[in-house]
Amino acid sequence: MAGLDLEFAAQPLPPEAEALRAEVRAFLAQEREAGAFEPTCDCWLHHDVELTRRIAQRGWIGLTWPERYGGGGRSILERFVVTEELLAAGAPVGAHWVADRQSGPLFLKFGTEEQKRFFLPRITRGECFFAIGLSEPGSGSDLASVRTRAVRADGSWRLNGTKIWSSGAHRAHYMIVLCRTEPQGEDRHAGMSQLAVDLSAPGVTIRPIYNLAGEHHFNEVVFEDVEVPDERVIGEVGAGWQQVTSELAFERSGPERYMSIYPLFVELLRRIGPDPEAATASELGRLAARLFTLRQMSLSVNGRLQAGLSPDLEAALVKDVGTRFERDVPEAARMLAPFDADGRAEAPFPSLLADALLHAPSFTLRGGTNEILRGLIARGLGLR
Amino acid sequence: MSEMRDMLLDSARRILADHCAPAEVIRAEQGEWPAALWQALESAGLPLMLVPESLGGSGLDWADALALLRLAGRYSAPVPLGETLLAADLLARAGIAPPSGPLSVAPARAGDAPRLENGDGPALSGTLRRVPWGRYAAGVAVVARAGDDWRVALADPADGVIEEGVNLAGEARDEMRFERAPVRVGEALAEADAGFVLRMHGALVRAAQMTGAMDRALELSVAYAGEREQFGRPIGRFQAIQQQLAVMTGDVAAAGAALEAAGERLGRGDAWFFAAVARTRIAEAAGPAASVAHQVHGAMGFTYEHSLHLSTRRLWSWREEFGSEREWGERIGRALAVRGADALWPLLTETETGDPHPPRD
Repeated sequence: MAGLDLEFAAQPLPPEAEALRAEVRAFLAQEREAGAFEPTCDCWLHHDVELTRRIAQRGWIGLTWPERYGGGGRSILERFVVTEELLAAGAPVGAHWVADRQSGPLFLKFGTEEQKRFFLPRITRGECFFAIGLSEPGSGSDLASVRTRAVRADGSWRLNGTKIWSSGAHRAHYMIVLCRTEPQGEDRHAGMSQLAVDLSAPGVTIRPIYNLAGEHHFNEVVFEDVEVPDERVIGEVGAGWQQVTSELAFERSGPERYMSIYPLFVELLRRIGPDPEAATASELGRLAARLFTLRQMSLSVNGRLQAGLSPDLEAALVKDVGTRFERDVPEAARMLAPFDADGRAEAPFPSLLADALLHAPSFTLRGGTNEILRGLIARGLGLR
Repeated sequence: MSEMRDMLLDSARRILADHCAPAEVIRAEQGEWPAALWQALESAGLPLMLVPESLGGSGLDWADALALLRLAGRYSAPVPLGETLLAADLLARAGIAPPSGPLSVAPARAGDAPRLENGDGPALSGTLRRVPWGRYAAGVAVVARAGDDWRVALADPADGVIEEGVNLAGEARDEMRFERAPVRVGEALAEADAGFVLRMHGALVRAAQMTGAMDRALELSVAYAGEREQFGRPIGRFQAIQQQLAVMTGDVAAAGAALEAAGERLGRGDAWFFAAVARTRIAEAAGPAASVAHQVHGAMGFTYEHSLHLSTRRLWSWREEFGSEREWGERIGRALAVRGADALWPLLTETETGDPHPPRD
């Protein structure tokens, strides 16, 4: 029966990955010591271009990409290690996050030689940042209903429409826009394409949307008769939907799906101290068991990706189980170490708790809501 | 997965499928010893798979045994396969060749351990509580106090007084009283905390069985959701049902991953930490998984006639045996607290080795 042979085999890390880990750890310790950053929750939303440049100098952006495009030519498991070390440190890696995780791999898989040569080296140097252009004001979970459209116009495309929730678009150079290139017909997944749109082009307006914490991460991006050159179409015209959905396992199974609150977990442990009461130790131990297990699940999925498989169902499970853990940690922290959560507090614990509580609603929404993921899992079980 | 393990699991699957139909499990719960099942498992060499070849076993490892026990849990196998594996392993490590037949262990904690004395030979006194399958056992392996020392001893249930008990799944959990009963005593063990090691292995045995029971509960639930029709369509078409089963699948997947990870690390000095993690995560999944399975099955799953309860009553029983998630979670939490916040990440990524013993146990 489908779904009952879920594969979560133990995935050991190769020695070269552990060697790389030591380098990343030493680098981050040095950066911390130099006062370059303080750990935050959701650190992969926070931009620090200077830090991104130094990470790029080490060769840790585009780590798995071919060396001829400026990549590191290393394995997916090595990238896993770099990613989890950056997240564990709570380092502000938001500037290059989308380009490294999604946009670069998209060009590698579907892009033209010219696109690869143009974009990939810039990304790996930490000079070119990307935003995601999927959701629209009327198109959230039902992504296939996008209305942004591009019309053929003499060697280029004319783009009109609005994208929303685009994290970091105000600091990004490009957005990969999913749009209709043909009117919707019977097959609603047909007739969509992906364009790499220069966000400095005439006709692009980027407006901030402040989140409930009052922070500016996401944006509304409006395209009015924006001219997109033909050579900025990614992959096949009309195959946008297949391209978007083919790479989701990478996005869903990574450590950012269970480590967004990791800095809070560390400070919780510090606050609890060396000699907790039995009930506190037990609750702490149960949270740690969930975290350790999630890491094993994520590693296992990454091992399968490395082997060239498409563990889409397993990846959806990591994201559902992982984000539920993320949401539970601040709630548990309140019970275990009562404290007024205060974002302006100097001490790390109350400010991280404030951070985590205010960001928690987004954990189970972003990158596909948990309800949508569970629908995919149900399909894998053969229920729909 | 090794070829050896694949072969082992194939032959186990055949035996279990042949002998563990729900009616047969029910008969065993009602007090009938499933002799044919045990016979078949013994003929395949499964109960002694952990024992070195020099002592009559096949020298496989705990990771293989956990995969086997997950399968046994899936079939609700009503025999002390896990207990025999535990006892034979403990006896073999103490230099005692395990006797043939089903064996058991006494899950004693330091406070109520039996005592060894020397009269005309070594003799055991004390009360063993909740001995799994005690009345059927050809021998019970215990970790007993011998003065200031701890020794492994092999007792014969026929030399004691048995008071029968059962767990929620009708599995024998008997009290055994021994009064200067003659026993075989093993060599001094290399590890000082043999009692704890036994509890840890026992906790993993039940964790593996629980994972298997969750596999079965999920399998039954998905099948039922596809068959049962209401409002003119299978209930599995409703998102309310799909969402619950998807959440349950996540918990079952986590249980499987935790078990695999612990099995891989059992040879290591800090194996207890990963065993504790697996046990905690799996026991924590058991309750919610059983709840979803029952909710999906509706009133039908609440009847004695439906076989779902064979899995769920076992989940409710096994999560308590050899220590609940509260007990094991506390060990993990205490170990992390003692090492401190800055050691957490190195411990989770295993770049620093955990302590070989849990704190204060």
